[in-house]
This record gives sequence, C-alpha cells and structure tokens, in this order.
Amino acid sequence: MSPIIRSRGLSKTVPLAAPPGGGQVSQLAILQDIDIEIIPGEAVAIVGASGSGKSTLLGLLAGLDVPSAGKIEIDGNDLFSLDEDGRALLRARLLGFVFQSFQLLSALNALENVMLPLELAGIAGAAESAKAMLQRVGLGERLHHYPKYLSGGEQQRVALARAFVVKPKLLLADEPTGNLDAATGAAVIDLLFGLNAEAGTTLVLVTHDEALARRCGRIVRLAAGRVTN
Amino acid sequence: MTAMATPGAAHAMRDLSLLRLALRMLVRDWRAGELRVLALALVVAVSSVTSVGFFADRIRQGILRDAHQLLGADALLDADHAWPAEISAEIRKSGLAFAELMSFVSMARSDAASQLSGVKAVSEGYPLRGKLRIAMALNAADEATTQVPERGSVWVDERLALALERKVGDTLQLGEATLRIGAILTLEPDRNASFFNIAPRLLMRIEDLPATGLVQEGSRIRYNLLAAGEPDAVKRFEAWVKPRLGRGESLQDLENASPSVRNSIERGEQFVGLTALLAVILAAVAVSLSTRRYTARHLNGFAVMRCFGATQARLLALSACEFVLLGAAASVAGCVLGFLAQFVIAAFVTQFVGTALPAPSPLPALQGILVGMALLLGFALPPLLQLKNVPALRVLRRDLGAPAEGALVAWTLGLAVIGALLVWQAGSVRLGLVVLAGFAAAFALFGVIAYAGLRLAGRAGSGAGVTWRYGMANLKRHARANTVQILALAVGLTALLMLSFTLDDLISTWKRKIPPEAPNRFIVNIQPGQAADIGAMFKDAGIAAPAIYPMVRGRYVAHNGRQLEVSALNEHDRHTVEREFNLSFMESQQPYNSVIAGAWFSAADLRAGAVSVEEGMARRLGWNLGDTLTWQVAGRNFTAPITSIRKLDWDSMRVNFFVIATPPLLADAPASYISAFHLPEGRLAFANSISQRFPNLTLVDMSAILRQAQLIIDQVVQAVRFVFLFALAAGLLVLYSALLATQDERAQESALMRALGASRRQILAAQRAEFLVLGLSSGLLAAAGASAIGWSIARFVFQFPYQMNAWVWLAGPLAGLACVAWNARAGARAALDHPPLLVLREA
Repeated sequence: MSPIIRSRGLSKTVPLAAPPGGGQVSQLAILQDIDIEIIPGEAVAIVGASGSGKSTLLGLLAGLDVPSAGKIEIDGNDLFSLDEDGRALLRARLLGFVFQSFQLLSALNALENVMLPLELAGIAGAAESAKAMLQRVGLGERLHHYPKYLSGGEQQRVALARAFVVKPKLLLADEPTGNLDAATGAAVIDLLFGLNAEAGTTLVLVTHDEALARRCGRIVRLAAGRVTN
Repeated sequence: MTAMATPGAAHAMRDLSLLRLALRMLVRDWRAGELRVLALALVVAVSSVTSVGFFADRIRQGILRDAHQLLGADALLDADHAWPAEISAEIRKSGLAFAELMSFVSMARSDAASQLSGVKAVSEGYPLRGKLRIAMALNAADEATTQVPERGSVWVDERLALALERKVGDTLQLGEATLRIGAILTLEPDRNASFFNIAPRLLMRIEDLPATGLVQEGSRIRYNLLAAGEPDAVKRFEAWVKPRLGRGESLQDLENASPSVRNSIERGEQFVGLTALLAVILAAVAVSLSTRRYTARHLNGFAVMRCFGATQARLLALSACEFVLLGAAASVAGCVLGFLAQFVIAAFVTQFVGTALPAPSPLPALQGILVGMALLLGFALPPLLQLKNVPALRVLRRDLGAPAEGALVAWTLGLAVIGALLVWQAGSVRLGLVVLAGFAAAFALFGVIAYAGLRLAGRAGSGAGVTWRYGMANLKRHARANTVQILALAVGLTALLMLSFTLDDLISTWKRKIPPEAPNRFIVNIQPGQAADIGAMFKDAGIAAPAIYPMVRGRYVAHNGRQLEVSALNEHDRHTVEREFNLSFMESQQPYNSVIAGAWFSAADLRAGAVSVEEGMARRLGWNLGDTLTWQVAGRNFTAPITSIRKLDWDSMRVNFFVIATPPLLADAPASYISAFHLPEGRLAFANSISQRFPNLTLVDMSAILRQAQLIIDQVVQAVRFVFLFALAAGLLVLYSALLATQDERAQESALMRALGASRRQILAAQRAEFLVLGLSSGLLAAAGASAIGWSIARFVFQFPYQMNAWVWLAGPLAGLACVAWNARAGARAALDHPPLLVLREA
C-alpha cells in the first residue's frame, strides 16, 4: 500500500536575532532531516518534549508552513510544488484538524462551526450532516450554543465533529487534550479514536502524553528536531 | 452517520453559491454583533446625506417653481412701451398660455382720502403661475382664486382699503373711472418681482384701463406679456423672441426673482450640507474603527478557514461579498431613513415658499447609496484585504499573522474617497479641498500630539508610585493603539462640542447679522432742503435720526477712456449698464461697508476726485483698482479713478450704493436723498406723519421682506439643528467604536489581574492614571478642534467674525474623562461580572 504521507530530508531552520553589537545572524534548526512514511488507516503519535519540533512538523505535514529543505508527499501529491492556494485546496480535499486550543469561531454556534468546512467546500446539506455529527459526539442538545458557553471538553467535541464531518482521509491532531483535565481529556480521546475507527481515517497525533501516544499504533519520537526511533 | 457526506459523493453535491454563503456569514456576524457599529455608521452617513439631498432637491425645485410664481409666468416680457402684436400672436401660436398686464403708479381716491397706489391692470388668465388670494372683507379668511376682477371692479389690498377708508362693495376713483371694490387682495404671487410693487396695491381688468384716461403719451407704464407652458415650447419661444427685443424691452429670467431670499436659502443649504458632511466624515472614522475591530476579531477565524482549505481568493471574495451586501442593505436603509427625515427638515422650512414643496427626485437616493459604498470601499476594504493574508499557521502559533497595517494604502484610499465626497458635497473644488486639507491637517496634528504626549507620559511615570507607573507604562506600551483611541475620541468629542457650543455660537453670530433693530423703512426722494426737518422730526419723536445719503442718477459711459460698447456685453450686464445707476457721494465711509482693495478716499482723492465701487459690480463689469470710469450726470461727463473696492453687507437692510464718488464730483448735480430707519413696533403714526408733512416722500415698508429673511434664518437654524443630530449620532458611534476598540483587551487584562487575585478596587485604580491622560488629551484636542472648525467655517464659508467659546475648554476634557471612565468601567465590568475564565477563554 502506498503511504498517505511521505517526507524526505525535511528540515526547518529559522534565523536567530542578531547578537548585540552586530555580527553574523545565526540559524536555529528546529527540524533536521526528517524521513517519515505513514500508511492509510494508521494511527501515529509524534511525541517529544516542549521545543522538540512536534508542532512544527505537524504544521509542515499540513502544508501550513514551508520547509527549509526536503519534501512531503500527501496522498501522492508533492505538497511544496503547490502554491499556498493549491495546498489549501489539497487540505480541503484530504485533511481534518483538531487543535489544542479548539479554534472554534466565537461568532458561530456549535452547529455553524461544524457546518463551516462543508460550506467552504461548497457541499450541500451541511446543516443535516453537521447535526448528525454533533449528535454522534453527544452534543445534540447544544447545537445553538456559542463556544464561550461550552466547557473545554464540549468545545473539543465540537472541534472533533468539525474535523470528521468532511470525512477526511487524514486527521492531524495537535495536543488535543493539552487544554483539558485528565478525565475530560480521556473522554475526548476515546471519542477521537472511536470516530477514527468508524471512518477509517489516518490519524497523526502530536502529544507529549506517553499514555495517549501508546494508544496509537506507532510512535515517532522527536528530540532536538530529529527523529530518535 | 447516514446524513454524513460519503467519500466520492462530494462531486454530486450542489455547490453553495458564493452569494448564499456570504449572506449566511453576514447573518451570523450580524447576530454575533460584529457588524452593528459598521452598519449603523453607514446608515447614519447615508441618511444624513440623503435627507439633506432630498431636502435640497425639493428646495431647488421649489425655488424654481416659486421663481416662476414670482414672475407669474414661465417667461415674462417687460417693456416701457406697448408690445407689438406679433409677439403676443407668436405666444399663442407656440401653444403657450398667454396673459398681459400693465402696471404703473397712480393716485386712487375716495371721498375720504387719496393714496398713491401700485396699479396692475391684467387680462383674463393672469397669473399663469401661482394663484391670487382674496378675502371678501377686511380681516376675513382669504382663499385662492383663479379669477381676475370683473369688468368695472377692482381688488385692493388691505392698506389701500384702510387708507381710502373703503370696504368691499364701495367705490373708488382711479383717473376718470369709478370702480367698485370687488374683494380684498391678500396675495399676488408675483408681488416681489418689483421693488415698487410694495406700494398699496390695486388690481383691475386691462379692459377698464382706457376709461381711466391714465394711459397717455409719456405715462410711466410697464407693459408685460406673460407666457407659460411646456418647458420646450417656452424655450423655443424665448429663443425666437430674444433677437427681436429692442431697446427698453427685456425677457425676465428667474435670476431676478427675490435675490435676497435666494441668497439666504442658498447659504442655509450650504450650512445644512456641510453639517451633513460632518456626519459623513465622522461615520468614516466609525467605519474604519469598527472594521479594524472586525479584522482583529476575525484573524483566528480566517486562519481556521484557510486551514480548512479556503483559498485566499475565495476568502477575499466571501468577505468582500459579505461587506458589499452589508453596505447595500445599510445604504438602502439609510436612504429610507433619509427620505423620512427630509419630511422633518421640510416641515421646518415650508414657510420659505408659502406652500408645500414639490416631491423630491430619486437622484439623492442614488447619491446616498454611492456615499455608503464609497465609505465602505475607502475605509472598510483596506483592513479587510489584510485578512486574506492571515497565515494558516496561526492556528498553531497565535503570535503569527497580525497582518501588516498597510497604513499608507488604507489612508490614501480613505482620504481620496473623503476628498471626492467633500468636493462633491461642497459643490466647489476649492472649498472641498480647503475642508479636506483642514481635516487631514487636524488628523495629522492630533496624531502627532497624542503620540508624542503618550511617549512623554510614559517617561514621566518612571519616578512615580506603583499605580501611576503601571498606568503610564501601559500608555507607552500601547502608544499606537492609544493614539488611535485618542484620535477617535477627539474626533467624536469634536462633533459633540460642535453641537453643544460651536453651532449655537455660529448660529447666533449669523442671526445677529440681521439685528432686530435693522432698518425696516426706506425713505426715498428726500429733497435737499428737507433733510434737516426730517432729522428734527425723528428727534421730536424720540427715534434715532437715520443717516441721509444723496443719490444722483448717472449713466456709465466709458471705461479707461474707451467708450462703452453695450453690444459686447452679455444680456444681463447690458441691462445693468443701460439703466441709470444710483450714484452717491460722501467723505466718510459707511460703517457697514468694508474696503477690500485700495483705501477709502484720502485728502488727495477728495481734492482730485475718485470713486469707490462695489466688489460684485466691479467683477461683473471688469473694473479694477486704478481703472478710470466715466459717468454722465445731467448731461455732463466726469471721469475718476477707482481708488477702493468695497464689500457690502446686503443682509444689513441699510442704504447701499454700487458706486460712491468724492463729493466735489457730484456736489452740483441734481440729487435726491435716501435714508433707512427702524420704525419701532406700534409707531406707524410716526411714519404716517412723515408722509403727511412731506407728501413728496415715498416711504417704503421693508418689514415684510425683513420678516421673511428672519423667518428663513430661523427655519434654516431648525433644519441645521435637525441635520446635526446625524452628526451627533455619527459622533456617538465613533466614541462607541473607539471605546470598543480597546475594550476586549482591557477586559482580558482585568480578568487576568482578577485571576491573579486583584480586587475590583485595585483593578479600577490600576487603570485610573492611564485613563486620566487618555481622557484629558482627547478632550483638549477636541476643544481645540471644535474651536478651529468653528472659526474656519465662520471665516472661510460664511465670512463673519467668530467669537470663541471658552466653555469648550472645560466641557471637552470633562467629556473626555467621562467617556474613558465609562469605557474603563465597562471593560472592568465585563471581567468583574463574569467568571475570569469566561473572559480569558474568549482571548
């Protein structure tokens, strides 16, 4: 089976501020020479300490950022041969996201937040699909609640519904329990894995939580910008 | 899961149209309260412009219609001799309505008295425009009529009936004819067309005129032919008749209709128009501020949408579409509101024209929508354009993606839009640019002062206590955002101060231009020996004796030694120079005239001879300082240089002259004298005693005209006050959006402090020092702004001196403090009245 994600020689460096009194601007390597292959249906955890480059890697895999060197193929598409709009269209077709800080739009209620990616993709029947998805995550009674009136766990469940409603081939999750207490986090993760199994989605999950990582089929460990396993 | 989209089925699903999605986003943003200030600002701007536009349109149509009424026709031919029959035949042939009249001054008599009266003999059909009004008895209710007096009868006005001690049904003598009084004439629509129509009036049938024996060789009679009908037919007739006009014949145009009233209305319109513009400028600031807030609050949303795969182009199209929909809806709402509001304005001013105003044309609505969309494009689009550049990576890293300001593009576009609107509204490039430059300079100056002040305040706080130091450090840290807030507050407060103080000052200064004691009677035809006796009569009656000026009839014959070529002048100027001028002579300048070029007669001028001319006449006839003018007076010519050009105050109702000569030039010429005085209420007997003692004098009662001018000013004042409510609304919106601009940040800061254990008192105290500086600076800048704008309007637009109001310097800073204090409380309350987590969660 051909991989849904393949990265080769992926590196990301950023310039550091010039030292006081002048002198050459040095570069900080955030990611160095990352080679990863993930096959469809796999659940992969990317783990590492703070500053190890996990979120940067996730951003690159989603095409939200561009690497300093190397390439990524998503479902056979060379991500960085596309321009920003091309990558956006690819995301629309293949990707779903779950963020640590939920990233719900405060002006939209729960239902509208879930409808949004369907509407942007021009898919009809958005309201019905979104309602069904919210019922699936247990928020059928809170369709018209705004994010600020939802608890952290409820907000993340809305975010899960939003991620899965477009039936993505690939779901990228950035510390999905990072802003939640242990019990709520566990419930959200159960839901995430349940939905993932139902839809057969490939899951790439960034976390520093070893227990969570172990629930994935494979763990990629990062330290100082390099894959260590 | 059945309702969920299945893979591969997306292509079968119907695309949501961009418009539908934009409309959905608009509804959601509206419901979330994100767009209300922006929409309100647009509604206020558009309704302000359209209400004034609709009103001005109706007034313009009304003036045009009433100008026709003032002529009593669409076209009026005037001559000092009878018109050839071919002219009236041509009018009839052109399919136009026709009437004719003859007017002259003659003595009407009864057994009890005789009275000089203005006689108008009319044919059936008169007037072709407007209506006569008559009453069947003195002090009885009058009504409009389409009739003219029956053969053998006359209609007289109240003054003539009283003077002759006659009532309806009695008879009077006119020349050799005895005529019955058929009604009391209460209104002739064309009564203002001629100055001398102010004499007591008598209306009769033209067919009765031969019986009076008054029409004889040498009688001073005006012969008028009236025509009215389809505009094109009127134009064709005018074109036909113009080349056929001989000496002493003229075609009256609408310009002749009541110039002083038109002047007042035009000035009023200008005042009202500028007031509306103030609302537009303020609305522009509110639009700009609220779009900035919208942009700031939508950064994350746009990043998320980019993450979901929305392209830049689609996001741009979506938000542009959303804003255009909003702009269109707000503009239409503004037009409707403006249309309703103009009824209120019109209600204030319908007395201008005596009857209801014509319905407005739809053009102002189009103008209003253009203003709304221009404001949106100029002030909302630039910040909105930045949203499309928000990096999708912002979803992972919050610090990314506050888009670059693009300040230059935004401000250039905004200034260009405002500039174009100003020039359009002001109707003059110069005036528009002056106002624009004024506002741009004020903005720049306010900005620089505020920014420098904040930086300095930041430094000043370093040695102070903790609270003060925290506040000052905050000012310095948010120097740019605070500068914007001070600017916006200052602009909003400027509008408030202008409404509360400056406008009243301007209006009262304007009203003072026609003081209640302005002259209301002219005395014409005073003979040289009578001046001293008239002065004595005033003294005996306890009324201030008026200045009496000599008046000499003279014909203008040459300019700089060159004989005047009448044929080279346009029609209007030809009429001016063909008439005899009323020249005067005096040594000292009239106190209410001001010399704007050259200098009033010096001792050398008085010896050598010189003339002083009026500015407008000089412009029309091409007279410059130093030019020599030659005049023919009583068969003798004199030539003198122009040594000064004067600006006259036509509103003063005083005696004014276009041309004044040094006394020796005219001392020997046959002169009569003219004077103007204020007859106090209830002293009519004094005026009558002058007439009785000096029967040769003509006393002209100007009080009706004066009352009309004062009425117009009062009504314009009401209209301006009403329109200023729009400016006030826009000012409040600016204040509100300026306060909202930092409210989120303040609420979050307060929530954070509270989460860290600060009490309500401590939170409020921590912000106090900061707000003291913000409020005071905004208020002081606003006071300076309101004073400067008031002075500029007085000086450059209305050309009268303006007395600054000291109270604005107290009210401005106090209002500034009040606004900022309210903002502080609102921001703190948002944090204090809700759990800190709720506020922080929104961050």
